[in-house]
Amino acid sequence: MSRLIRMDHTGHTTLAEWTADDPQAVEAAVRAFRDELDQGYFGMVSTGEGQAEQVRELPLDAELVIMRLPISGG
Amino acid sequence: MAVETLGEGLPERQVVHWRPIVDEQRLNRTAALWTATTTAHVVPFIGAGALLFAVQPLALPVTLASFAHAWVIPELYAHRGANVVKPKRSKAPAGAERVSVGLLGDLVGHEARDLHARTGLVLERGDLGVWLVGPAGALLVRPGGRRVHCYCVRVNDPDLPSGDRIAHLLLALRSDERGFATVANLAFSGARWRVRRRLDASLRPALDAAARSARALDRRAIA
Repeated sequence: MSRLIRMDHTGHTTLAEWTADDPQAVEAAVRAFRDELDQGYFGMVSTGEGQAEQVRELPLDAELVIMRLPISGG
Repeated sequence: MAVETLGEGLPERQVVHWRPIVDEQRLNRTAALWTATTTAHVVPFIGAGALLFAVQPLALPVTLASFAHAWVIPELYAHRGANVVKPKRSKAPAGAERVSVGLLGDLVGHEARDLHARTGLVLERGDLGVWLVGPAGALLVRPGGRRVHCYCVRVNDPDLPSGDRIAHLLLALRSDERGFATVANLAFSGARWRVRRRLDASLRPALDAAARSARALDRRAIA
């Protein structure tokens, strides 16, 4: 089961869960992912130990996709 | 994993497009500049104090004041650097804090999780050195462990729980380390011992662990 989560004021919120063989869940996850992008979040996936990459499309085979906000110098 | 990724690095770099990308060469140049600046602050005060004492020993108080300036100015800079990881009370509810720390724990290994539980900082090895990431800043311990660059950097929502704020920075750092260092504002670059003195006692074990790890990086580079 793959998960799309957003880091927010609650700690994190699960926005969608899907498996590749469930088209309705995939569609809902893709929609949720795009909604978050529209709100200014970036999609991130871990790609190995100490490595992450930003994604612009929901990677359906990723176990965990995390939405993060922009960072800046303080 | 078939993932469509953005190849151009951290998107936040666009906001500071005028800044040159931070790499090994730039970090070394920055370090040299900070050393030169510190020297330029310290030497005149020591020289003037010593000269004054040589000319007029009765001016000892002025000499001591001059020496104090030579000591205090670099300490103030180091204090500013250490402040980037100074622990601050979180505005988030305790439940949200727990959830956020749980997610952060999933992103890091056992060693980093343990260090975070003790110090509030997450240790992350990178290509430029060893990072200590806090909720509103990060320290970069350079290979060899003798020099530290202190960066102010944060997610643009101060009300997020601290675990999430660290996770935001950690994910950005992992996706583009040089971009991360470019986006962040440099608060201080100098000797590790100078930063360590100004850190909260609770944070010093994290800096010690990062220095050990950075020394290992240096040995690997030499081997």
